[in-house]
Amino acid sequence: MDQPLLELDNLRVDFHTPTGIVHAVRGLSFTLGRERLGIVGESGSGKSMTGRAILDLIPPPGLVTADRMVFRGQDLLTMDKRERRKLRGRRISMVMQDPKYSLNPVMRVGEQIAEALRGKGPGVRRRVLEALEAVRIRDPERVYNLYPHEVSGGMGQRIMIAMMLAPEPDLLIADEPTSALDVTVQMQVLAILDDLVAKRGMGLIFISHDLDLVASFCDRVLVMYGGRVVEELNARNLRAATHPYTQGLLDSLPRIDDQREELPTLRRDPAWLED
Amino acid sequence: MIDVRNLDVRFGQGAGALHAVRDVSFSVAQGESFGLVGESGSGKSTVLRVLAGLNPRWTGQAALAGMPLGPRDAPLPRLVQMVFQDPYASLHPRHTVDRALSEPLEIQGIGDVGPRVERALADVGLGPAFRFRYPNQLSGGQRQRVAIARALMLEPKVLLLDEPTSALDVSVQAEILNLLRRLRRAHGLTLLLVSHNLAVIAHMCDRLAVMNRGAIVEEMDVATLRRQEPREAYTRQLLLASRGYDRDVAAGIVTYD
Repeated sequence: MDQPLLELDNLRVDFHTPTGIVHAVRGLSFTLGRERLGIVGESGSGKSMTGRAILDLIPPPGLVTADRMVFRGQDLLTMDKRERRKLRGRRISMVMQDPKYSLNPVMRVGEQIAEALRGKGPGVRRRVLEALEAVRIRDPERVYNLYPHEVSGGMGQRIMIAMMLAPEPDLLIADEPTSALDVTVQMQVLAILDDLVAKRGMGLIFISHDLDLVASFCDRVLVMYGGRVVEELNARNLRAATHPYTQGLLDSLPRIDDQREELPTLRRDPAWLED
Repeated sequence: MIDVRNLDVRFGQGAGALHAVRDVSFSVAQGESFGLVGESGSGKSTVLRVLAGLNPRWTGQAALAGMPLGPRDAPLPRLVQMVFQDPYASLHPRHTVDRALSEPLEIQGIGDVGPRVERALADVGLGPAFRFRYPNQLSGGQRQRVAIARALMLEPKVLLLDEPTSALDVSVQAEILNLLRRLRRAHGLTLLLVSHNLAVIAHMCDRLAVMNRGAIVEEMDVATLRRQEPREAYTRQLLLASRGYDRDVAAGIVTYD
């Protein structure tokens, strides 16, 4: 049996501010295999902070603590900063929401991917072109020489994914990777991620506010509210959700075929914040 | 109430010119709610901006409440108002809610400002306590309520809505959509709603037009949308893609010109 890719136990992210401590993530635990795990929640639920904490990208005054944080048998908590940095981008990568802000605007697309591969020479150029082909960019030679402002949003996001996947990471954290894209482009980008998980056996953490999308794409879904997981679901059984928060979210979505006059709105129960 | 004939909008000149809106015609009856749906770059927001007087260069005919609108005219503020997508960007960060809501009244020389502001706040479900707050003291949903209140200060007949809920969490989206439906009934508003979200359009509109690359692909009533029986292949693909991830649908996606 494979060892798990990532084990998290009692992850907490706290921000120490002048007006008090803000608990962004409050005791999150999960074990990730080579699968597609969805993390769903509204803004402020702690879903993005979870992704960033795994990569050690929480800026001060944020503080990350955990009882256990192990990536492929390596203890991330005791590892020194340099070792941790080596994992980042090589073994664990992250794709963020908006390619406009994540790509370097004054560097050609191909050179940016080459930089991610940390190499030079003709071999690297070939690998960059392969990486662009892997995300179904039709004319990689042409795209190699473009600047980020010369590509569309969908193409920019595919370039980001190509860059993050070029070093062949074991784990990809995708934080709202398709939320800025049109639905048809979103489908194509998801199909690329789907293939990469299947072909390379990569683990994927897919962070999103879109319950329906996550349920249709992932194997397993964690629903977060107020920094905690309130419910874990098999993605196929999203409709069988039992937590009132998950049910409330599902009910409040308008549907193409429904004729409800009034959409039910969520009544937040303070008890959801407690254990 | 809204009548648009052969609307064309071009940005730029020469080889780099973009034909953003191509020969668009539609009309919306008084009290009706009409949706414009399409992907980014389809021209749906540009149509809205033309009607709001925010996009002065266009050709064709447009009329609001029977009054023709010329490319250089600003439409009457008491006739038409607009609500924008991002409530963080559309309110002045250093103006209180009170100032944002009083300004249209003062410009139009309408008195009785205080009570009108309080009534407008109550109308969008905000208590009087919100009157002297700044935008940074409000949540995204509360800001959008303020933006809607501001749009209604001059009691317009037509409300133009540009993706009014796409920057909001889904639970807040439900509250704002309910509010808009209630206000439409209470004030007999005519709505023109732009969205990329077919479910939002289905919930809010009586009729809709689907746009792609600047042109209207087809127009239909909401019953046709709910039955998912559009005429055009482009719309069928949009409907399929909105249902969530599906390997086979993803493989079959084509680009329509």
